[in-house]
Amino acid sequence: MNDQIRTEETPVRVFALTRRFGKKTALDDVSLDVRPGRVFGLVGENGAGKTTLMRHVMGLLRPNAGSVFVFGQNPVTQPEEALRRIGYLSENRDLPNWMRVRETLAFTKPFFPDWDDRFAEELREMFGLDPTEKVKSLSRGQRAQLGLTLALAHRPPLLVLDEPSSGLDPVVRRDILTAIIRTVADEGRTVFLSSHLLDEVECVADDVALLHNGRVLFSAPLEDVKARYHFFTFRLKDNDGPPLLPKEAIAIRRIAGEWTMMWIGDKEAARALLAEKQATIVEESDPSLEDIFISHIRPGDPAAIPMSAKSDAKRRSC
Amino acid sequence: MLMHISTRNGVPIYVQLISQIKHLIASGRLSTGSELPPIRTLAEQLLINPNTVARAYRELESLGLLTTRRGAGTYVSDKGSPLARAERVRILSDQLDALLAEASSLGVDYEQLLELLNKRRAAMTQRSGLNE
Repeated sequence: MNDQIRTEETPVRVFALTRRFGKKTALDDVSLDVRPGRVFGLVGENGAGKTTLMRHVMGLLRPNAGSVFVFGQNPVTQPEEALRRIGYLSENRDLPNWMRVRETLAFTKPFFPDWDDRFAEELREMFGLDPTEKVKSLSRGQRAQLGLTLALAHRPPLLVLDEPSSGLDPVVRRDILTAIIRTVADEGRTVFLSSHLLDEVECVADDVALLHNGRVLFSAPLEDVKARYHFFTFRLKDNDGPPLLPKEAIAIRRIAGEWTMMWIGDKEAARALLAEKQATIVEESDPSLEDIFISHIRPGDPAAIPMSAKSDAKRRSC
Repeated sequence: MLMHISTRNGVPIYVQLISQIKHLIASGRLSTGSELPPIRTLAEQLLINPNTVARAYRELESLGLLTTRRGAGTYVSDKGSPLARAERVRILSDQLDALLAEASSLGVDYEQLLELLNKRRAAMTQRSGLNE
C-alpha cells in the first residue's frame, strides 16, 4: 500500500478505487477526500454506486483496485481502529429486529470505548423512543431515529450516513438534519452523507461529489461548483431555430419566445458571445444543484433548464 | 429574526444570508448593538450548514456591518447606520430596475409608468387616510 496517500487527519480518503460485482463495474477509479470539520455530500442517481462506496468506507467490501483510508487506517484490515471513530447509519437501517430498544443500546455500547450513556439516553428521550418497544414494531421514522441514536451515542469524529432522510416524514427528516448540523457545529467533527435529495444536500453540504455510473463526474466545494454554472435568458432578433453555441452552453431551452441556456465557465465570455449574436439578455440567474445535476446526468437535455429559470421562480426552503 | 433560505432560486445560501441580514439592518429591524443568534442556533433554525452561517457572519464583519466579541457573540456594529442608507438605496434600485424591465416588456413606456406610479400613490394615500 502506498504510504504517501495515508493521512491521519483526513477522515476519509478514497484513492483510485475500483469495485466490480461479476461483470458489472460498480465503482470505476473513484478518488475523493472528505476533509475534517466539513459536510461532504455524495449525490447521484439510484444505482450510481453511492451505497457501494459507503460500504467500502465501512470496511464491508474489499477493493478490487485502489485504496480506502479512514483517519489513515484501512477499514478492511484494521476495522477496530477505523470503525471506532465512525457513527454509521446504513441505508436499510439494519437493526436487530428481535431486540427491544433498550437492548440495542446495551448491545451496541461494548463496540465503542467512548460510548456516552447519558447522551444515548438524552437522544432516546428526545426522539420519544419507548425503551421496552420491540425493534420489529417500530415505524420507519422511529427506526431511523434509533439508528441515529446508536450512531451518535459515542460522539464519533466521523458520521457516515447513507441516504439518511429518504422516505421519512418532515419531522424525522428535521431530526436527522439537526443531528448533522450539531455534529459539524462541534469543533472538528465531520459528516459524510449520500443523498438523492439535492435541495437537502445544497442546504447542508460544504463539499459535493457527483457519482454517475460508478465514476466521479466532479468533486469540489459546493461553492466552487455553483460558481461555475450560470443561466442566461435572452431574446434573438430573428426568432427561428436555436442559435449555434459553443460547448460551454451545455443545455438550451426555448420558453415562450425566450431562450435560456446553462453556461459553464466565465460569465463575461457568455455575455460577449451573446452580444456578438445580437441577442438581448433578459435575465441572468444561478442554477440550483438539482439543475446542475440534471445537466450532467443528461447532457444536452433541455430538462436541465426548469420551465422558469428566473430568480422569482417557485421557492423551496431548507 | 425571521429569515428564509431557498435552494430553488439557485443563489448560494451564504449570499442569501448576507443580503437578508443587510436588509434587516437597513430596515432598522436589527439596530446598532443588537445581538445576532449564535452560529449554531441560526444553523439549526434554518437547517443549514454552520460553516455557511460562519462564512456569512465573517463577510458581514469584513464589511464592517457586524462585530464579533470573542466568546461574547456577534453584534450589529455602529458602522451599520451610514452603510444602511446606501443599502436602502441599493434595495430600492434593484426593485426599480425590475419594475422598469417589466414595464418595457409589457410595452408600457416611461411616461405611462410615471402616471401609473402617481395614481397608485394617490390610491395608497387615500386608503391610509380612510384607516386613520
